[in-house]
Amino acid sequence: MKKTIHFKLNGEKTSMDVAPNDVLLEALRANLGAKSPKCGCDRGDCGTCTVMINGRAVRSCLILAVEVEGCEILTLEGVSKGRIAALQRSFVKHNSFQCGFCAPGMIMSLTELLNHKPTPTEEEVKEAISGNLCRCTGYTQIVEGVMDPAVSKKR
Amino acid sequence: MNELKVVGHSSERVDSLEKITGAANYVDDLNFGPELLYAYLVESPCAHAEIRKINTAKAERVPGVVKVLTGKDFPLSFGLYMQDRYVLAQDRVRFVGEQVAAVVARDPKIAKRAAALVEVTYKELPPVLNQMDALKKDAPLLHPGLKAYKHVPWFFPKGDTNIAHWRKTRKGDTEKGFKQADFVFEDVYTVPRYAHCAIEVHGAVGLYDASGRLTVWTASQSPYTQRNVFAEALSPLGISHKDVRVITPYVGGGFGGKAGVSMEILGAAFATKFKGKPVKVMWNRAQEFYNTYQRQGVEAHLKVGMKRDGRITAVEHLLYWDAGAYVEYGANVVNAVGLSATGPYKVDNIKIDSLCIYTNLPPGGPYRGFGYSEFCFGMESHLTRIAKKLRMDPIEIRLKNAIKGGDTLAYGAHMNPNGLSKAIEEVSKEIGWGKKEQSSDPDKVIGKSFACFWKAPAMPPNASSSAFIKFNEDASLNIMVSGMEIGQGLLTSMAQIASEILTVPVSKIRVETPDTDRNPYEWQTVGSHVTWGCGNAVKKAAIDCREQILDLVHRTLHLERESLYLEDEAVKSRTKPGWELPLKNFVIPGIQAEDFTFKGGPIMGRGVFMPEFTSAISDPETSQGGHPNVHYTTGASGLTLEIDRRTGRMKVLKVVLAADVGKAINPDLIRGQVVGGMLQGLATVLYEDMRFDAKGRMLNPNFTDYKIPTVMDAPVETKTIIIEVPQPDGPYGARGVGEHTMIPAAPLIANAIEDALGVRITSMPITAEKVVAALKKEGKL
Ligand code: FES
Ligand code: FES
Repeated sequence: MKKTIHFKLNGEKTSMDVAPNDVLLEALRANLGAKSPKCGCDRGDCGTCTVMINGRAVRSCLILAVEVEGCEILTLEGVSKGRIAALQRSFVKHNSFQCGFCAPGMIMSLTELLNHKPTPTEEEVKEAISGNLCRCTGYTQIVEGVMDPAVSKKR
Repeated sequence: MNELKVVGHSSERVDSLEKITGAANYVDDLNFGPELLYAYLVESPCAHAEIRKINTAKAERVPGVVKVLTGKDFPLSFGLYMQDRYVLAQDRVRFVGEQVAAVVARDPKIAKRAAALVEVTYKELPPVLNQMDALKKDAPLLHPGLKAYKHVPWFFPKGDTNIAHWRKTRKGDTEKGFKQADFVFEDVYTVPRYAHCAIEVHGAVGLYDASGRLTVWTASQSPYTQRNVFAEALSPLGISHKDVRVITPYVGGGFGGKAGVSMEILGAAFATKFKGKPVKVMWNRAQEFYNTYQRQGVEAHLKVGMKRDGRITAVEHLLYWDAGAYVEYGANVVNAVGLSATGPYKVDNIKIDSLCIYTNLPPGGPYRGFGYSEFCFGMESHLTRIAKKLRMDPIEIRLKNAIKGGDTLAYGAHMNPNGLSKAIEEVSKEIGWGKKEQSSDPDKVIGKSFACFWKAPAMPPNASSSAFIKFNEDASLNIMVSGMEIGQGLLTSMAQIASEILTVPVSKIRVETPDTDRNPYEWQTVGSHVTWGCGNAVKKAAIDCREQILDLVHRTLHLERESLYLEDEAVKSRTKPGWELPLKNFVIPGIQAEDFTFKGGPIMGRGVFMPEFTSAISDPETSQGGHPNVHYTTGASGLTLEIDRRTGRMKVLKVVLAADVGKAINPDLIRGQVVGGMLQGLATVLYEDMRFDAKGRMLNPNFTDYKIPTVMDAPVETKTIIIEVPQPDGPYGARGVGEHTMIPAAPLIANAIEDALGVRITSMPITAEKVVAALKKEGKL
């Protein structure tokens, strides 16, 4: 009962055969080798599986693969294709990650925020990643990374 | 010493590009091809039961199922310090969730579906769900075979009881000490179990090939220890160390949970049944909670005697640990605390009893802090309470008793040089000690608190580290160590150490994650010891390279050996200004001599470090005579807490932590440990809480019900203070700090609550609800 779905992944047209109950996260990882979205909980609690669908950051563990027919999906692989983004550079500068496992999800959530709000307030940054768990950093350096003037282009 | 150019400075992480681009691979990201098999477990629904029968027939008939494995397939026990654990349960299960059987199939969904069809018949036995019940005379015995278990020589199991190990430390005469005291104070402190909650779950993939070679990919802090445990456990199958290869890609957080061997044994053992086909076992989040290691709970009875001038005269600490169903690693947590449960103070009269007790709850084990957070709750609460009774300043009491280099420790060895007093003074300044703060909101009060901490790495006396360094044609470097990058930044600090000596910039150094076939030995990445241990090995390997380089230049170009040195990726000579030979000219091709022959060849360095002064053997009744710990890292911390007196809701306004790291190899990485560790610690005090029902089932094995902090829960400000009193045997004087940053969190909160509201809470977690209950009980609300 597999069905072929067509969509864009990181700017390229692609397709995959999925069962009606296949979850997007697993389908992206297993069928298309997009391994940057990770599984931390499989129930919407941790945000490590965050990808962008049509410009919105969503948890791919909560979405069925069949739902993305015709959509544009962006993962961290896509973000990293060209030049390293200012946010990513700033993450390096500020030590905004340790084990790095949460980083793909964090960066996707924050990319959505920065697309809509190039100069977010600290509260807005926190809000944007309030569903992304990080057990290592204590978050301070993540927020600092986004608030760096090189990222949040104030003045 | 010349001025340091790389060590002591912040440096971009060597794993940064991989991690921020999504290129970094974790174990679940590796590809294993179309032959990959998946295992799904059948788990015990009972906390304590005999296994009567296992019927696998229905599951085996499911198309796609390759095999169903049970305990009969693996009559093997294993364990790091005590062999009391099994690959799959044998005739008995001892906790809810224990692995009883496994379905191996070509598809993970099929494996899961078929696992539900395995029928296991149990005869339930009365469970023991609390360590105090386990000590009762009529308590059921969890491990009737305890006496026969293999264990390290520094454990003392009590056969025919549930006591798996009892560490006794005796120094001086506590009775006399209490008599000398002007004030003796006793109380009981309780700490529940906690979960590590690394965001990456555990996983293992094993491949046993036709030649008899076993390769296991794991998410682990301990590749070599795993190789050793796998090889020993599987030796009945004819597998030896040389046949086992453990590969550990990046790890998505460890915190002790990925130390030793827990579920990874399944990947290794299952693979042996399917020659040529890799077998994958991935934990889900629920299993991550109930079947890896949990931080053990404790009931701590503490008695401290003090003179009116604030000098401690005696400490008696009796700790009952809820160690769970298997204690192969957890017993060493109990042991470590049994040697150090005084805190960082000079005490002449000490009696510590630390008891490792079996219960029918998930296995206890290592967790960042290794038991020190747990006893620190009582000890540091106690000191502040006594200070109040004696009308003394709690900081003054700590300064008076602070341990100094050369002081005698509880077990008779001597304390290492340390900057504890300096840490206390700096924190006191930074937190504004003595200055009362007031909230602008009349319903909110503000309390301030103080706590010290210490911790030593808990390791076998012969735990060692080693490193290889090899040069490439362009004089870039590959460093190979088996210390694990678990987020702390080990790879970066190792690169910095090598860079300092070889003058090759960090950006030209690659440090590889472990592969036991390629990278040399490291005991484990635990105990905050790898900066020190592995750092020493890398430093030696770099010096080895440097000496080879200088020897070669000397013998080939006839330059005075003593005049030669390295600078800016070249050899230079003090007696020949202006002359230089770039490293890249010769580190692989060698140097051409006058007669056109070539001398030298690839430069490769090796370094080995073992602390040769340690010994774990001492008198079992007193712990006197050995030298079990290499050194302690000490420090102090202070906190400002705002509390809503109607609801008990708390907000950490500021927390300060000063740690004596000996030498900060990379100050930014240390700040990362402080900010992250402190939040992890605060969460264990304020809301994390593992709940079990009356049948021993964990009630909250997910992030919805077991809350870990989000960005909204971070303190308003976390301030890091680095103290540097060098560790004589550390690389550039460094000692570890990874675990210490969460240790003082609990007493900080408890002491701040008392400061603000006058109520004392002695059981963790300290939730808003508990604060309100305490206020009501005291008639303050
Ligand atoms: S894996 Fe999707 S939210 Fe955790
Ligand atoms: S860096 Fe480890 S979970 Fe965020």
